[in-house]
Amino acid sequence: MKILVPVTEVATVDDEFEIEGTAIAEQYLGADLNEWDEYAIEEAVQLQEAGVADEVITVTIGPEECEQTIRQALAKGADRAVRIWDDALEGIDLLGVEAKAALLSAVVEDEDPDLVLTGVQAGDGAFGATGVSLASTVGYEWAAVVNHLEHDLEDGVASVRRELEGGVEELTDVELPAVLTIQTGINEPRYASLRGIRQAQRKELEVLGLADLGVDESAIGAAISLTDMYEPESESDATVWEGSAEETAGQLAELLREKGVAQ
Amino acid sequence: MTDVLAVAEHRRGDLRDVSYELVTAGRQLANETGGDLHLAVISGTVEDFAEKLNRDGVDTIHTVTDGEEFNHGVYTQTVAQLADSLDPQYVLIPNSVNGLDYAPAVATGLERPLVTDTIDLETDGETLTATREMYGGKVETTTELEGPAVVTTRGGEWPKAEGTGDAAIESFEPEIDEAALGATVTGFEEVGSGDVDISDAEVLVSVGRGIDEEENLEIIHDLADALDATVSSSRPIVDNGWLPKNRQVGQSGKVVTPDVYIAIGISGAVQHVAGMKGSETIVAINTDPNAPIMDIADYAITDDLFDVVPSLTEAFR
Ligand SMILES: Cc1cc2nc3c(=O)[nH]c(=O)nc-3n(C[C@H](O)[C@H](O)[C@H](O)COP(=O)(O)OP(=O)(O)OC[C@H]3O[C@@H](n4cnc5c(N)ncnc54)[C@H](O)[C@@H]3O)c2cc1C
Repeated sequence: MKILVPVTEVATVDDEFEIEGTAIAEQYLGADLNEWDEYAIEEAVQLQEAGVADEVITVTIGPEECEQTIRQALAKGADRAVRIWDDALEGIDLLGVEAKAALLSAVVEDEDPDLVLTGVQAGDGAFGATGVSLASTVGYEWAAVVNHLEHDLEDGVASVRRELEGGVEELTDVELPAVLTIQTGINEPRYASLRGIRQAQRKELEVLGLADLGVDESAIGAAISLTDMYEPESESDATVWEGSAEETAGQLAELLREKGVAQ
Repeated sequence: MTDVLAVAEHRRGDLRDVSYELVTAGRQLANETGGDLHLAVISGTVEDFAEKLNRDGVDTIHTVTDGEEFNHGVYTQTVAQLADSLDPQYVLIPNSVNGLDYAPAVATGLERPLVTDTIDLETDGETLTATREMYGGKVETTTELEGPAVVTTRGGEWPKAEGTGDAAIESFEPEIDEAALGATVTGFEEVGSGDVDISDAEVLVSVGRGIDEEENLEIIHDLADALDATVSSSRPIVDNGWLPKNRQVGQSGKVVTPDVYIAIGISGAVQHVAGMKGSETIVAINTDPNAPIMDIADYAITDDLFDVVPSLTEAFR
C-alpha cells in the first residue's frame, strides 16, 4: 500500500522579535519541519519497515527554499517528494484551509494513496484543520488527533486511538482509504542518519504548479485575509525579580518559605 | 441569512463547558447580525441536554436523537442538513478535539470558509473579524472573511451563559446515510493513572522542553526533593518518554490546582495552560520574557534555568 504524508515547513520565531505590517520581520524568523509532521513521517516509515507500506511519498506546499526541509523528510525514509508551488501562491499571506485542501487533494487524486498521514496542526498557523478538510474534499474517511495506530490494518480498517481532552482516549475503527492526523507522542521520531541524508539528495523531488495539478486559480483565492498582527497585550501583573541567578533564586526561596513550602 | 447555529458538545453523558461558552459567543454574534441563536444538540440524552442548554439568549434548540456518543459522520451530516434548512450566517463549533474532527468536513460540505481556534469574534453582518493566535501564542492576529462561515471557538475565552431561557425546543430528524459512516467508535479508555496523582499535589515543580536533555532532569528532581514537591511536566517531556504520562499537565493530561506551580522552561502554550491556570501561585522560570506563560505567572524569573534551579535547590539544603 501507498502512504502520502503532507508535510509543512513552519516558521520559528526568536525570543525577541519585531512585527512589520502583518508579519514578523524576516530577520527574527527561522524555519523547521513542523513538529507534528515529524511524527507522521515516522509513523509512515515504521509502516514501511513493518512491510505494510510499499511506498511513502511526502507532499509540501511551499517555495523552493523549503526543499531543505523536504530533504529532512526524505532523509528519514520517505521515498520521494512532491512540492507544490506556483507564482499565484506568491503573494498570499495566509493560505486558507480550503486552498490547502484543494491543492493537496489534486495530489491525492493523482497518487491514489491508501493512507494519508498529516500532523494534527502546523506549529505556526495552528489551524489544525488541513487533514480533515482534505479527507472530506477527496471523500476519504478520517480521524483527527490520533496517538496510536495498529499496524496490521486488517481488512482495510485502521484501528486507532484518538486523544481526547482530560486523559481520555477514544478507540475508533476507520475504513481505508483514510486521512489520519497524527499527534505527537505516537512514536519516537528518528534522527536522519548520515547515510539517509546522503541518499535524500538523490531522491526524486517533483515540482508541480496549478496547471499540472489541474487546480483553478480561483480555488486558492484568499477567503481569509490577515489584517493585523500584534504582540498580545500582556495581562501580566507578575512580579519579575531582577538580578543574578543567585539573587532571583534567593527571592523565590523566600517566597516559597513564606508560602510554607519545605518547612 | 442572519442567524447563528452553534453545536453543543457532550461526552459520556455530560455537556462540556464549552457548550455554555458557545451560547455566549453565539448570542453575541447573533446580536451583531440581528438574527436568532439556534443550538443543535446531537446524540445521547438530548432532552436532558436541551433543558440544561436553555439559558438566556437562546432562541431555538434542535435536538437530534441519532446515536449515543460523538460520531463525526452523524455530526457532519446533521449539521450540514440543519444549516441547509436554517441558512445561518455562522456555524459555531467548539475548537475541541472532536470539534476539529468534524468542523472542517462541515465547512467543505457547505462550501464555506473555515476559521479555527478563534479567541474573539466580531461581525457587522457581512464581514467577520476573528482574532487568533499564531506561533504558539507569541502573536495575535486579526483575520477577516466575507459572508457565511464555519468558525471554531477556543475553550475558556467566552464566559459560560447563565440564566434560564425560554427557547423553543424542536426535534430535528436528519437523513443519515449509514453507508457513509466509515468510522466507528468502539470504546473509551482513561489513561495516565499511576503511582502519583499530580492533581493532589500541593507543590508542583513542572518542567518543559527548556530542559533540553533527559540527563538534565536530575536538577529538577533535586529541586523537587529539596522542596518536598512533586514533579510534573509539559507534553514534550512525556512525548520523549522522559516522564510517564501521569505527570503531564494540560488539556490532554491532568488538570492541577496546587498552591504553588513552578513552571520551568515551559512556554505556556494554550493546551498546557488549560491544565494549570487554576494554580494558586504560579512562578515561571524562562529565558524568554515574552513567553505566554508570563501572562499568567504571579512571579517570574527571566533567566537560564540551569543557573536558577541549582541555586534555588541550594537555598533549601
Ligand atoms: C491537541 C493537542 C493537545 C495538547 N495537549 C497538551 C497537554 O496536555 N500539555 C502540554 O503541555 N502540551 C500539550 N500540547 C502541546 C502544546 O501545544 C505545546 O507544544 C507544549 O505545551 C509545549 O511544551 P513546552 O512549553 O515544554 O515547550 P516549548 O513550547 O518548546 O517551550 C520551551 C520554553 O523553554 C524556554 N527555555 C528554553 N531554554 C531555557 C533555559 N535554558 N532556561 C529557561 N527557559 C528556557 C523557552 O523560552 C520556551 O519558552 C497539545 C497540543 C495539541 C495540538
